[in-house]
Amino acid sequence: MKYSRSLQLIQLGVLGALLMGVALAALSAEKKDPNKFNRLMTPISERNPPPAEDGIHDPESFGTELLQTPRASFSVLPRSPSGNYVNWTKALDDGAIEPRYHRDDADAGPVVMDLNIVREVKGSMPNVVYPHKQHTEWLDCSNCHPALFIPQKGANQISMAQILLGEACGACHGKVAFPVSECRRCHSQPKLEVSKTE
Amino acid sequence: MNQFLPPRQRAVLTALVLFFVAGDWLGQSTQAEYGDVVINNYSDDAGMRPVVFPHWFHRIRYRCKVCHGDLGFEFKAGGNDINMLKIIDGEYCGACHNGEHAWAVENCDVCHSAKPGTPTQVHESTLQKLIAPVDRP
Repeated sequence: MKYSRSLQLIQLGVLGALLMGVALAALSAEKKDPNKFNRLMTPISERNPPPAEDGIHDPESFGTELLQTPRASFSVLPRSPSGNYVNWTKALDDGAIEPRYHRDDADAGPVVMDLNIVREVKGSMPNVVYPHKQHTEWLDCSNCHPALFIPQKGANQISMAQILLGEACGACHGKVAFPVSECRRCHSQPKLEVSKTE
Repeated sequence: MNQFLPPRQRAVLTALVLFFVAGDWLGQSTQAEYGDVVINNYSDDAGMRPVVFPHWFHRIRYRCKVCHGDLGFEFKAGGNDINMLKIIDGEYCGACHNGEHAWAVENCDVCHSAKPGTPTQVHESTLQKLIAPVDRP
């Protein structure tokens, strides 16, 4: 009786260890394949996950179930390669979305200013063309002027380092507006060809 | 296999396996929407889940200017001193979430829906990625 009980305990211990080992190995193999294809990129199939699976919403919260899934909403909007994977500017231009400009008045329209500011940049990158038009579709002048940008030519020194840290353009771009990985949307004006002859 | 395991020990073993599986699931990387703002100025201390503000959902319905111009929201996660008293008095979220423009404050869990302990942040922001690279296996 005593012998069989201790044998049983040993069997249990070995079995338990084996099971745990198999379970953990399976989990870690799935999670930590060192040679996984596109190791650092979120697979397209996993983008815009439903709130309960996005890692921030609490699946235990009753409210999480009520939230709309981004995929359902974005299915009718033009795509982009980064951020929400939605081209918000195009969505607005095409009329795919009709966001209100005033809380109470669905018919109120924005005060659009069509003025491009060209900023010549250092290095080989094309110059930046800043379009007031697309910005004033969404924003009021006072959102940017004068706190973020002094409304005067040459008064604003801007660097990519600042933008990456959330200053200047980075107040929105990299947080909610398209991120800095979409270089060409700002750096859009080719520089004049500089002759390399002597 | 079951013959080696009395019910009580089987239950303990199952619980252990479940614990590890659940632990792994909780540790998964976050993939919330770009621009989702988590606000945890007071929530954790007050025993509520932190708030998740979905920027994408709101920008489909309102232009930036409505909240960031007319309602006075600063461009900074956690930079607006929002509390429930201000909301029920019609400031910040309460300018719309008042039962007239949008559903009212009784739906606590729809906003207070983040996992407890989630810090204030703009999710997927460039700044966040620079400081703490997302651990993707």
